[in-house]
Amino acid sequence: MAIKVKREHLDQIRKHGESTYPYECCGFLLGAREGETNVLGEAFPAENERRESRETRYLITPEQYKRADDYARSAGLGIIGYYHSHPDHPAAPSGYDLDHSCWPGESYIIVAVEQGKSAALNSFTKPDYTRFEQEEILIM
Amino acid sequence: MAVNILIPTALRNYAGGSDSVAVDAGTVDAALDSLTGKYPDLKKHLYNDEGRLRHFVNIYVNDEDIRYSEKGATPLKDGDAVSIVPSIAGGVAVIEDETANAVELDRDEILRYSRHLIMPEVALEGQKKLKAAKVLCIGAGGLGSPLALYLGAAGVGKLGIVDFDVVDFTNLQRQIIHSTSNVGRPKLDSAKERIAEINPYVEVVPHETALTSENALELFADYDIIVDGTDNFPTRYLVNDACVLSGKPNVYGSIFRFEGQATVFYAKEGPCYRCLYPEPPPPGLVPSCAEGGVLGVLPGIIGVIQAIETVKLILGKGDSLIGRLMLFDALKMKFRELKLRKNPECPICGVNPTIHELIDYQEFCGVTHQPQIDVGADFEITPAELKAKMDRGDEFVLVDVREPEEYAICRIPGSRLIPKATVPERLHELSSADEIVVHCRSGVRSGQVVDLMKQAGYRKVKNLVGGILRWSDDVDPSVPKY
Repeated sequence: MAIKVKREHLDQIRKHGESTYPYECCGFLLGAREGETNVLGEAFPAENERRESRETRYLITPEQYKRADDYARSAGLGIIGYYHSHPDHPAAPSGYDLDHSCWPGESYIIVAVEQGKSAALNSFTKPDYTRFEQEEILIM
Repeated sequence: MAVNILIPTALRNYAGGSDSVAVDAGTVDAALDSLTGKYPDLKKHLYNDEGRLRHFVNIYVNDEDIRYSEKGATPLKDGDAVSIVPSIAGGVAVIEDETANAVELDRDEILRYSRHLIMPEVALEGQKKLKAAKVLCIGAGGLGSPLALYLGAAGVGKLGIVDFDVVDFTNLQRQIIHSTSNVGRPKLDSAKERIAEINPYVEVVPHETALTSENALELFADYDIIVDGTDNFPTRYLVNDACVLSGKPNVYGSIFRFEGQATVFYAKEGPCYRCLYPEPPPPGLVPSCAEGGVLGVLPGIIGVIQAIETVKLILGKGDSLIGRLMLFDALKMKFRELKLRKNPECPICGVNPTIHELIDYQEFCGVTHQPQIDVGADFEITPAELKAKMDRGDEFVLVDVREPEEYAICRIPGSRLIPKATVPERLHELSSADEIVVHCRSGVRSGQVVDLMKQAGYRKVKNLVGGILRWSDDVDPSVPKY
């Protein structure tokens, strides 16, 4: 599995993570699936709807998903994954991330934000329901 | 019915690549059956091994979550759009697995909770969640009593109780956590002792304070779930707002005479108290239990419903009362249920909230700190002065403005019953030439009547200060207090 992105998408995700620091940011990855590759067309920011523990948790409600999906469909895209930040934490998924993630094949971009500055950025996908594995980020 | 099922991008590979699938079905369950019949590969991505929808999968019919409708049985009509919508990092489970995994049960606890441990819905995992859970009960009164007793017995690890009251005799008819020997002691002390007696494994944390806008958020921060057992509107709005702002569920109950209500307000998942009641009722319109009475057994039922809902939230099992208001009528012995909806314009949990911090709830509810009307010293008489007047044989009329039920409990000799609400239409029965003394239970209602009579031109009217309660204290202890 791999995800194709443009550099400006990654910049946008990094900026979002820096702007919500010390809280987690989150958002949708809109685009299309081409064979085994997700192709990112647009990063769509979401509100982290958690009111507590926002340093370590994010929550995207079904209502936000529907809004993002409606928008994606109108733009001829689909939701191919999600992104979120890990303030002062490595850019790798936690057990909590796995427990609360969705379907295999979607991309999960995680950006580490250290002391307010974005650092490592990785993308992960679930080959099945039991684990995450890192996927390649291909810059278009 | 011809309906359209919208397929999420991640699942399109299993649905022949299409972004929506048209099926013919009368209910949501039938539509999903038809979809997975057509595309069997979808099944394992929508349902788990037990055949239930995966925990992150929500189904919407147009803009309505079927959880708030009839779930799988939700009817469909021609042209409806059925959406498969995931929530990410969501879930009603208030106690996270990792927290629960960190606690252990010893041999004695395993024996104590064995009837829970053999139930698949609780089991060891659920009992550990209960032990890891931190629940805050607001009030150790009618609702707080059964609540705290059952939550303690069930093995909730940390049970905070907020109360600053002292046990008195009028509490014992319903507040079963306190006993006769505890009259005069702080409610927190007797509650703590009673719970320790039932289950020494529970950590009871007493908070001997009134819940206020200043301390609520700090108090709530240490707990997972808040259970509201209060009986007044300012505190209800305060508990609600503090729960919404701190993202915690508010397990709600209220009681009056023979009727009770219960629900779970949880803004993350459904409506809050303000979605149901945007504005408080005018002060004085809704009487409290102290004013209107309550059947002693009633808080048992409502408090236990709150305890069950709390346990379900902790376990993450069953259908929560979120979005449903349960109404109970003990005289008819009937339960009814109302659907509650989240109000998008709710000032605190809506789309554009206008309340971002706790406010002054006494002011919001129009409660003033001086309900007593000051009629002036010339229009007052103490019980001792009244007794002296009687002993001298003075001519005067003694009017009792309480309700007939109260008059049946006790009375001052020679008094004449004119309930407060009937005074305006019965004023002609009283001559302004006579000397008149008005009394009630504590002097508040009679003060209002004296004020009214003053305005009607009576000059020789006096309010009995402290009412029949003080008459009992100062003059005649054989008159029972209530």
